[in-house]
Amino acid sequence: MPRTTRLSSSLLRAAAVTGVAALTLTACGSGSGSGSGSAGSGSGSVKVGLITKTDTNPFFVKMKEGAEKAAKENGAQLVTAAGKFDGDNAGQVTAIENMVASGVKGILITPSDSKAIVPAIAKARAKGVLVIALDTPTEPQSAVDALFATDNLHAGELIGEYAKAAMKGKTAKIATLDLAPGVSVGVQRHNGFLKGFGATDKDVLCAQDTGGDQAKGQTAMENCLQKNPDINLVYTINEPAALGAYTALKAKGREKDVLIVSVDGGCTGTQAVKDGKIAATSQQYPLKMAAEGVKAVVTYAKDGKKASGYTDTGVTLISDKAQAGVTSKDTGFGLQNCWG
Amino acid sequence: MTATTTPYAELKAPTTARRLLTAPTTGPLVALLLACAFFSLSTDQFLTGGNFSLIVQQVMVVGTLAIGQTLIILTAGIDLSCGAVMAFGSIVIAKMAAEGSLPPLLAIALGIAVCAGFGLLNGLLVQKIPLPPFIVTLGMLNVAFALTHIYSEEQTVTNLPGPLTALGQTFPLGHTDITYGSLVTIALFLLLAYTLSSTGWGRHVYALGNSQEAARLNGIRTSRLTIGIYTVAGLLYGIAAVLLISRTGVGDPQAGQTDNLDSITAVVLGGTSLFGGRGSVLGTFIGVLIVGVFRNGLQLMGVASIYQTLITGVLVILAVTVDQISRKKAR
Repeated sequence: MPRTTRLSSSLLRAAAVTGVAALTLTACGSGSGSGSGSAGSGSGSVKVGLITKTDTNPFFVKMKEGAEKAAKENGAQLVTAAGKFDGDNAGQVTAIENMVASGVKGILITPSDSKAIVPAIAKARAKGVLVIALDTPTEPQSAVDALFATDNLHAGELIGEYAKAAMKGKTAKIATLDLAPGVSVGVQRHNGFLKGFGATDKDVLCAQDTGGDQAKGQTAMENCLQKNPDINLVYTINEPAALGAYTALKAKGREKDVLIVSVDGGCTGTQAVKDGKIAATSQQYPLKMAAEGVKAVVTYAKDGKKASGYTDTGVTLISDKAQAGVTSKDTGFGLQNCWG
Repeated sequence: MTATTTPYAELKAPTTARRLLTAPTTGPLVALLLACAFFSLSTDQFLTGGNFSLIVQQVMVVGTLAIGQTLIILTAGIDLSCGAVMAFGSIVIAKMAAEGSLPPLLAIALGIAVCAGFGLLNGLLVQKIPLPPFIVTLGMLNVAFALTHIYSEEQTVTNLPGPLTALGQTFPLGHTDITYGSLVTIALFLLLAYTLSSTGWGRHVYALGNSQEAARLNGIRTSRLTIGIYTVAGLLYGIAAVLLISRTGVGDPQAGQTDNLDSITAVVLGGTSLFGGRGSVLGTFIGVLIVGVFRNGLQLMGVASIYQTLITGVLVILAVTVDQISRKKAR
């Protein structure tokens, strides 16, 4: 290649680089502007880190909202990070390291991999950073200072009990649309449901993983119906999976005579309960988890007192078709408190 | 570089200044320095030895994958399987050493060999059938991903014996702590950079990337060379697997899922052409650092991670645009 063109290509690169630098400045400017104030300057305020599994899942968006609000109220500065996908342990490790380097007082984390994240958490704690797990416990649970989470087993039990009452007189043909193998949240909800219903895994006609995804939930339900057309009770890990199941059932004209129960309680999910697509759901409170977490870090920064142990952030059974012997609240309450 | 053995040296020897301006790594290097300058001004914590050591630690796994990716992209190929192959290698190592009865070093050797085997297989399919690298490695991505999950039974492997995480240990250098793994990565970059620029094999790689037919007519055994390149890349993925384990301290079946794209990003940012024949391993090193510096710097500034994704995306498109425009002009 003639030298002149090589030179101009190099100049082009330099021009491009300048453009990128300008873009970076604008992006960063808007980023920190919409966030909780500029970094570096706030050396007086407590820095709190929040690391979620992903940026895009509405559950974590709500969690971030709660953390931002609590940070503002407590005069703390919030920094956030997330993995690229659910299960991105390396991304979360990197986020922990960067946050420790940026001088956070405490980190709130929803671990993507309960076991794999443990060594990175240990390193952060060794440097005096308070680490609190939100929503998902680490394995062992003692790897973090404290855990603020829904009791997922209990959340499952509630819908299991509800389903038991609602199915009274009918023989249950159960399908479970689960999360993913080996993920504790999914396993606990599944087991809780079976316990509450008084069934075992042997009674489940069709169990499929959905990753909590609506499209995969639909595919899973279609396949389950193909295998066992007479399924009449569907447990789902969350409402997106439940809505996927509903779509599949509706296509077969079965949406009226199949009972769908779920866990999560997001606003969209609660609305689906109101619309009669889902019979009942166990509502949890991510916003509260994050808010409590931020408060705990601020307390630690002020008087050195570390939060410890497990704090149950509560769960409420939401349904508009209340069953005798099962305590529940209606969707009016549910919509007011969805993920609150 | 001696004029007698280097075809490129037949051009008149350029002056040092001109050489610097025209080197393909100049653009990426300027970008890296600008980013560093920007973050140094924006946050107090960026410009410290400890932080730079951290950035290198954070990029060493993708960096090592990206060396293999560079070799393959130089031949106008692409490897979508690198992250998945690495993940499988890391699970093999972790399980063999933690649950099997293999001594750690033997487990490491086995894991690296398995990864090299995947590379060899990729190379054979690309060269002997032949199939497009995109398709072969897409298939291999799924094969390796599935094998990882089947073999690990979806379980993260913990309680690894000490030698497996040895490369993650640190030694003090001045006021900072450097991991041994970072040194391994840097050594690999230097070794491959030397091999590409100063050995016959390296020049053959470039010749192959520019035109396979011309390379063949010039007496290069292109078939053997291609298979060799994919095998060396696989070997590098195996080393990346060792680095990964040493960094996280566990064998994680979920690892590496976006590393194939991250490695391609680094290669492209480093100025290597996706059309083959142009680029360098040192450029890739700079590309890897650009991504690492942005992620670290934006985090230190308190910018949400979604902006990191946004900026990386824009950077990649810009880099390829520049490559395209410069190729058009060269025509």
